[in-house]
Amino acid sequence: MVLGLETKKSELKPLSTNKAVAEAAKDSNVDVVAAYPITPQTTVVERLAELIGEGELDAEIIHVESEHSALSAVIGASAMGARTFTATSSQGLALMHEILHIASGLRLPIVMSVAARALSAPISIFNDHSDIMNQRDTGWIIIFTSSAQEAYDTIIQAYKIAENSNVLLPVMVAYDGYVMSHTIEPVEVLGKKVAEEYIPKKVSWNRLDPDRPITIGTITSPDYYYEFKYAQAKALESSLQHILEADSEFKKKYGRGYGAVEGYMMEDAEIAVLGTSSYFSNLKYAVDELRKKGVKAGAIKLRVYRPFPREQLYELIKGLRALGVIDRSISYGMTPSGPIALDLMSTYRYKNIPPIQSFVAGIGQRRMLIEDFVRIYEILERRASSNSINEETLFYGVKGIDI
Amino acid sequence: MTYELEKIKTLWDIPKEEHLVGGHSLCAGCTAATIVRHLLKVAGKNTIVVNATGCVEVSTTSFPYTAWRVPWLHVAFENAGAVASGVESAINALKIKGEIPVEKEINVIAIAGDGGSFDIGFQALSGLMERGHKVMFVIYDNEAYMNTGIQRSGATPFAAWTTTTPVTRRIRGEWRNKKDMFDIAIAHGIDYVATANPAYPVDMDSKFQKGLSKDGPSLVHVIMPCTTGWRFEPKYGITIAKLATETAVWVNMEYDVGNFSVTVPVKKRKHVREYLKLQGRYSHLSETEIELIQEQIDRKVEEINKRAGKEVIGPLEA
Repeated sequence: MVLGLETKKSELKPLSTNKAVAEAAKDSNVDVVAAYPITPQTTVVERLAELIGEGELDAEIIHVESEHSALSAVIGASAMGARTFTATSSQGLALMHEILHIASGLRLPIVMSVAARALSAPISIFNDHSDIMNQRDTGWIIIFTSSAQEAYDTIIQAYKIAENSNVLLPVMVAYDGYVMSHTIEPVEVLGKKVAEEYIPKKVSWNRLDPDRPITIGTITSPDYYYEFKYAQAKALESSLQHILEADSEFKKKYGRGYGAVEGYMMEDAEIAVLGTSSYFSNLKYAVDELRKKGVKAGAIKLRVYRPFPREQLYELIKGLRALGVIDRSISYGMTPSGPIALDLMSTYRYKNIPPIQSFVAGIGQRRMLIEDFVRIYEILERRASSNSINEETLFYGVKGIDI
Repeated sequence: MTYELEKIKTLWDIPKEEHLVGGHSLCAGCTAATIVRHLLKVAGKNTIVVNATGCVEVSTTSFPYTAWRVPWLHVAFENAGAVASGVESAINALKIKGEIPVEKEINVIAIAGDGGSFDIGFQALSGLMERGHKVMFVIYDNEAYMNTGIQRSGATPFAAWTTTTPVTRRIRGEWRNKKDMFDIAIAHGIDYVATANPAYPVDMDSKFQKGLSKDGPSLVHVIMPCTTGWRFEPKYGITIAKLATETAVWVNMEYDVGNFSVTVPVKKRKHVREYLKLQGRYSHLSETEIELIQEQIDRKVEEINKRAGKEVIGPLEA
């Protein structure tokens, strides 16, 4: 525990990331939970049901009949002024797609955890980021977390961000299915005091109230629709500062902060690889290996994905000789095929940036060991030295395909 | 009970307050406005409405205007049941936590058309009823997708013309029968299910009143003649609604904690021709087809009388 913090007293618990986010929802004192079981998210709702059953959390749980209804129900509850939580994965997130747009369009501060998982077909219950990437344009704040602790802390931060009257947008907190959702780590939990200290309840959004009736979710003509959408676009764009403020305040109170991006050994790095969620930990081990061999390697974690932390990330990559970006989903029919690589190439189009090599890896949780990450650095180094980096994505780890 | 209303027994008992106000853009002669207006009169101001996408939603909330004097929420087409479940659960949670006074009684009403209940909204409606939320679900049934321009739904009756069951060389209107929502709702084990008709406002309003008084889900399924989709002059909406009951095409009945009753008995039935002939959607029918429909109604009446244990719907007029 860090000394000199404003608040102390906390407890260390062995928790999987699923259990950690359930604990965070409890400590955030949510009022209404609605969720539908889907692998590998299921233990989140199971744990919340237990917490409610044991009287540790006073909340209503709605056993909805689909994820579409899960998000619809929390929209209803949020519009009523309740603090709400839902959780999903994969097909469930895909089924919510229509309602994801409505949650952000109605500017409701809903928080959802996503145990990221591949999409059908063929069916795979294992991890990749296809589910999240398919929802990147739904107007939600999207944050990738890399540990059970970070997921716990980020759920709590998410309420601070979402309910900020300058933001009023829903937040999706993502982590890797199985790799994180079912791995037990030590997590310092803050207990219910966090709800009073850090995220005291105040309904900062428009709500349904018979004493002050308003109409929510109206139909708009071409004379009005555009301004709603422009305001929403601007709100998401400017939410980054509030995300960072929430993180700083959290760090000041509880000693942990994460920023929008994180670098490892980036001070003197010449080449670096960017990854999300649990891949960042593996990249760090790979960097240690490479450093032993004298390669000036670094690792970058992209934590806040939407809004895209353009300036913060630029500071990390601008001096590099080459940058590798690992995507765990495929943008079919596009070159590069990695959505994050594509984001970087377009957002820095008019800036002086290093060559970016796009990699796709870990699709359907294809095994990636530390040595595979080391190999990715070696491929990057080789391509950078031979000036052969181009916009084509390298599909790492496909059987029979050598790169 | 969530309101201090006397039991509605005559037209004079219907509250004078209006919570759905004029200026909306529903069609001239649209009976949906009549139904919703009455619904809100009965429910009063301490009411939250969740509206599925449909005619009522698009025609009453054209931004920056609204016809609603009660809080109103629209999310999408298929999820009114789920959204209303969320609103109701939030009220319960906020009462437990002292954010809303425990004694404050708030009605939660979901309103959907036949598409938003029989078809695309069916799953969410089923979930709402099965979980037992204290929500009254009101269906305004105009027997097709009228908002998108008269396409058939699971509520479209046999032989009706729609733009997707056109009267053509191979198709002569809808060839299947209407889904039985009344018994489907009862099968969920809920306390109160009723059918109603705006031509019988006292009966309809007392059903809204009963539905709201229940401690769990209730469903009121209301027939809603549609001037544009059923192809009749705007002035005939209520006339046609009345004929629907007089011919037993539509029977006003209720299921109240195990008790079935027909609330508007009909001594002598009119021939179904009287109902069909006023509507353009049935103008293609031959005498043989009309008789076939009459036979279907005769069978249904027999079943209803058997269920009621007495003759509540009489024979055809001579």
